[in-house]
Amino acid sequence: METKILTCIGCPLGCTLTAVPNGESFDISGYTCKRGLEYAKKELTRPERTVTSTVRVSGGKASVTSVRTASDIPKDAIFRVMEAINAIVAPAPIAIGDILCEDIAGTGVALTATKAVEEK
Amino acid sequence: MNRIGVLVVGGGPAGLAAALAAKENGIDNVLILERDQELGGILNQCIHNGFGLHTFKQELTGPEYAGRFIDRVKEAGIPYKLGTMVMDIRPDRTVLAMNREEGMVEYACDAVVLAMGCRERPRGALNIPGYRPAGIYTAGAAQRLVNMEGYMPGKEVVILGSGDIGLIMARRMTLEGAKVHVVAELMPYSGGLKRNIVQCLDDFGIPLKLSHTVVDIQGKKRVEGVTIARVEGGKPVPGTEITYKCDTLLLSTGLIPENELSLSAGVELSRITSGPKVNESFETSVPGVFACGNVLHVHDLVDYVSEEAAQAGKAAAEYAKNGAKPACDTIPLIPTGGVRYTVPVAIRRDANQGEVTIRMRVDNVYQNKYLCLYKDGERLVRRKRMIMAPGEMETLKIDLSKLAGAEQITLRLED
Amino acid sequence: MVDIIIIGAGVSGSAVARELSRYQAKILVLDKEEDVCCGTSKANSAIVHGGFDAEPGTLKAKLNIRGSRVMEQLSKDLDFHYDRCGSLVLCMAEEDRPKLRRLYEKGVANGVKELRIIDAQELRQMEPNLCDDAVAALWVPSGAIVCPFGLNIAMAENAAANGAEFVFNAEVQNITKTENGWCVSTTQGAFEAKVVINAAGVHAGTIHNLVSDDKMTIINRRGDYYLLDKTAKCVSHTIFTLPNRMGKGVLVSPTVHGNTIVGPTAIDIPDPENTATTAAGLQQAGQKASYMVKNLPLRQVITSFAGLRAHHPDDDFIIEEVEGAPGFIDVAGIESPGLSASPAIGEYVAEIVRDLLKLEEKENFISTRKGILNPSELSVEERNDLIRENPAYGQIICRCESISEGEILDAIHRPLGARSLDGVKRRVRAGMGRCQGGFCAPRVMEILARELGVNPLEVTKEGPGSELLVGKTKEG
Repeated sequence: METKILTCIGCPLGCTLTAVPNGESFDISGYTCKRGLEYAKKELTRPERTVTSTVRVSGGKASVTSVRTASDIPKDAIFRVMEAINAIVAPAPIAIGDILCEDIAGTGVALTATKAVEEK
Repeated sequence: MNRIGVLVVGGGPAGLAAALAAKENGIDNVLILERDQELGGILNQCIHNGFGLHTFKQELTGPEYAGRFIDRVKEAGIPYKLGTMVMDIRPDRTVLAMNREEGMVEYACDAVVLAMGCRERPRGALNIPGYRPAGIYTAGAAQRLVNMEGYMPGKEVVILGSGDIGLIMARRMTLEGAKVHVVAELMPYSGGLKRNIVQCLDDFGIPLKLSHTVVDIQGKKRVEGVTIARVEGGKPVPGTEITYKCDTLLLSTGLIPENELSLSAGVELSRITSGPKVNESFETSVPGVFACGNVLHVHDLVDYVSEEAAQAGKAAAEYAKNGAKPACDTIPLIPTGGVRYTVPVAIRRDANQGEVTIRMRVDNVYQNKYLCLYKDGERLVRRKRMIMAPGEMETLKIDLSKLAGAEQITLRLED
Repeated sequence: MVDIIIIGAGVSGSAVARELSRYQAKILVLDKEEDVCCGTSKANSAIVHGGFDAEPGTLKAKLNIRGSRVMEQLSKDLDFHYDRCGSLVLCMAEEDRPKLRRLYEKGVANGVKELRIIDAQELRQMEPNLCDDAVAALWVPSGAIVCPFGLNIAMAENAAANGAEFVFNAEVQNITKTENGWCVSTTQGAFEAKVVINAAGVHAGTIHNLVSDDKMTIINRRGDYYLLDKTAKCVSHTIFTLPNRMGKGVLVSPTVHGNTIVGPTAIDIPDPENTATTAAGLQQAGQKASYMVKNLPLRQVITSFAGLRAHHPDDDFIIEEVEGAPGFIDVAGIESPGLSASPAIGEYVAEIVRDLLKLEEKENFISTRKGILNPSELSVEERNDLIRENPAYGQIICRCESISEGEILDAIHRPLGARSLDGVKRRVRAGMGRCQGGFCAPRVMEILARELGVNPLEVTKEGPGSELLVGKTKEG
């Protein structure tokens, strides 16, 4: 294993993280907060991302609403999650925080609405 | 004529925070005028996460962040009018607005807060030669179409400019099934946040070509191809052209504060930020007219917009309550040595209580430099910054009492 | 079978249609584009020339003078923007004074009134931002500016109000002689007429060659332009330099809407559809203009575009019945001063056709037309009355130009109404301001879809092939 340079995506600061191999794990430096350290550990083993997108709405004043995964999902599941998101049609009314799918694409993570849509 | 205490022009993140602060500081008669059909401004189309870490210690999406402020505005009972365009602001703070229901209405205001936001630089201003077909969109226009209206402006995409909206749209279009061939950036560095390069481009294998620009657009009716070339010394290098077959060109090449109304009010603008010149209380050159958010200077994070707008709203409330402070000299803030501009541009000599937040941007990418503040010849602040980039705002806070008696205040980068 | 087919709904074809609609005749106007004013007529300097430049005795000279004289009244009759701001032709070196003198004399010979050569001092008083090299100028008080879209659309609408029919997206494929006239085959079907008028702009040669063995070549002369923001206003008259072989050279001029136009270059190109600007062309236009106006604010450019002039090798307008093709009339080589001359071109062609077909005047010709209401010209009280009557006038759609939904609805629903984003833009300027439609394009697209009763996916920028959206999200 070789030394890896990562850019933390935990917040807009974008700290540069250095991961030096040490046996089975890495010695991580460059983070300026705890989130940075966690990000690096995850990114090196099982990278995760939040997915944001839109979902079709029926009977609403708007034809789509915006959604997010309630927490991060595995990075390699992004397109699988998108396929599942694209298949959903949510009936209006919708409130911010409404769960539109309990377990999106088998990730165990819920899909929630991030924007309210009133009924037409 | 309608009498208003603090009138806020714009119901985006800046306007919402300013109105809340004005109300919280004792003004009952606050009014928000918003030209769109809902409050929240540009946040409504920014459906990605990454907002609110400073304000709410939580990563929210744009609509969620806006939603929290909108809820607070509603709870506070602050009136707002939607679909309402401010047509004119006069130097005496008479505001002329128009909507479908009421027609043209005049407001006489004790104080006005400008919070109109910014617009994107269009293709014309970039001087890109070639045809003018369908399929050329600013990234923000494409974002609205995709996220709010559910339409795809294209399937094969080239993006010019690595501003954050461009990067975000590269990912967004990819997730919706489009192929983003490349992001070309004229400068040798990205205009967007580093995290966005990682999670919007690297994650999806989208190449970022720095020091590249668009030199030709093909297709008479609809975009059929875009040619980019490497740039050296401001000029495209012959022989470095690459043509991508595509149906869409998205532009993310800069934001311009929208100050046509400010000009009609007689507000003096900065040539560097294209926003009003303000003092430490966000008051413009026209007494009683305040400015905050992207109409003042383009921000990188909405959290900073909210913070700044709250300060401006509070200052507007004080003006509305107490009237103009007595005339007073100001201490100029001079950006130099790598610092491009500061907000504010000056501090009133009688302002000596509390602290001032000086916001600024640098003119290049710098590593391991010190951001320094001088009161005349004396260095008062020296803060280490591991990395500074033009795409990111820098801030320094300092007690106003420490600046008393200065001839001028200088901001600069040092080794 | 109609009496007259006019090929081309540009400024020449529309002027001819309007003048012929005075007579009892069935008129059909065909255009290969989706709207009027889609070729040379939409991309030019927007100038009504005084008429000093054309060679005395030519048709260009005669029709330019006539067009320039009637334009102001026409602008009142048909309600389009016109401003007699006057023009100045700069003499940039002492040794060029004789050329300036010759231009003055040419103007006098053409019958241009009030021409005067002015000295540097008077010039500076009129235009303080001119470069220091200008030593004298020809002052042409009759020079004017016009909205080219407004002029073209007004004439076409007035022709339509008087019964002329328009068929769009009708590209001419063939023209054959029939017993009583001509059969014009197009992508929208075949149409027969006694008389055919070829007002096809840069395509006039191709159309002419369908009916004549005496082949005509039209040279496509491309001109690149810059349009500057309203805040960049630097001159108050149209500023030229002395003309050369390729035309009147680069000009800097205010537009009727308060922008500044800079251009054109003159580059001959083979493709009559190639309206792409080039970096070199734009640079050249900028450089030449900067040589005339000090500190020309080119940084405030809001758009650049290219137009093609239809240049005929004889360097004159060719307006005549084609030899060996009775009833087929060319209106070809209509380059500058074609816009200025257009009302006179209409009259001139109408006379030819009147005599050919022995046409009688109508009794009920409608000579005036009301343009799209511009609420910004109303008082607050009048505007409030308007909004009470029609709330759409209270909703601003285009922020930069302050255009309301009411104006856009008018643009769509009037005769020959807008069917595309560009059609709306040419009629009411929505999207023509400094953000170039960044904010309002999605709104205008939505209004177009709703009002035309079409799927948003079918809304175009400028007709078939220029669809703005490629699909819905979530539908692969």
